[in-house]
Amino acid sequence: MTAAPGTSALRMLRQARDRIDRDYAEPVGIASLAAAAGYSHAHFIRAFHAAYGETPGAYRTRRRVERACELLRSVNLSVTEICHAVGFTSLGSFSARFSGLMGQSPTAYRAEAARRGGPAPIPGCFALMWRTGLPAPPEPAAAPGEADGPEPFPSHERRPPAPRSAISEKSSGPAQP
Amino acid sequence: MIMGMSYVSVWVLDQDAAKEFYTAKLGCELTNDLKLDNGMRWLTVRPEGSKGLELLLMDPAHSMLDAPTAEQVRALVAKGALSPGVLATSDCRGDHKALSALGVEFVQEPAVRPYGIEAVIRDDSGNWYSFTQRTT
Repeated sequence: MTAAPGTSALRMLRQARDRIDRDYAEPVGIASLAAAAGYSHAHFIRAFHAAYGETPGAYRTRRRVERACELLRSVNLSVTEICHAVGFTSLGSFSARFSGLMGQSPTAYRAEAARRGGPAPIPGCFALMWRTGLPAPPEPAAAPGEADGPEPFPSHERRPPAPRSAISEKSSGPAQP
Repeated sequence: MIMGMSYVSVWVLDQDAAKEFYTAKLGCELTNDLKLDNGMRWLTVRPEGSKGLELLLMDPAHSMLDAPTAEQVRALVAKGALSPGVLATSDCRGDHKALSALGVEFVQEPAVRPYGIEAVIRDDSGNWYSFTQRTT
């Protein structure tokens, strides 16, 4: 074990992780996150893993899958559209990563969510507009259909799903643009 | 009868920087900045629309914590693990625009949730807050 990183190093790692949380759908490479945090590529991956228990690539994959779960539950876009909306470039890697983390395919996950809570309530066209910057409604109450579905949990308490199995940087590699 | 919370303790990495952040950026009012005999600096701010709650901006290194524990708390704050709670706003989208312009870090932009419009912000130390406008 190396010495624990100082608070300034941890701050840089936190900002990198926040950027993954914010820009999960963007093709931001791990290398550029490392550069922004002032690390070499390999050192960044090691330091991130030491602080957060998984590599930045694995964390980003979990973040994307978690966002995909929400869209599958709440929006009637196709699986392919959701795959691209959360930042995956290939349907094959999306399905593989999703199944690896969730234990079932995106289609099966959606079917199960629909059995439990009804079909996705939000029209996909609306969600796409929203994603790309729908202007704020004049009154919050004027957009009841925009609600995120029957979820009583504050979104900040929804962390990405826990991995079903250990995910190595290598295995999440092909999903990264 | 419990009346609610009067102070929330917020661990910060640098009290001078936190004082600046909470007053100049978040618009809180400085309510106390006292140096106590035991070395603790009692630094409190009150959110502009607060009906009583104040935030106690505490330095772990000058608190009741022993040095190794203080260092652990500082690390948890810096890596972004801790949250003091939810900041209630009357206008989430408007504040998002104004606070972003001042350089406040938004981890999540305002989004409509079943209970209101919610964003997530971080303070300058790394603490995160849900930043929520209730609509229900």
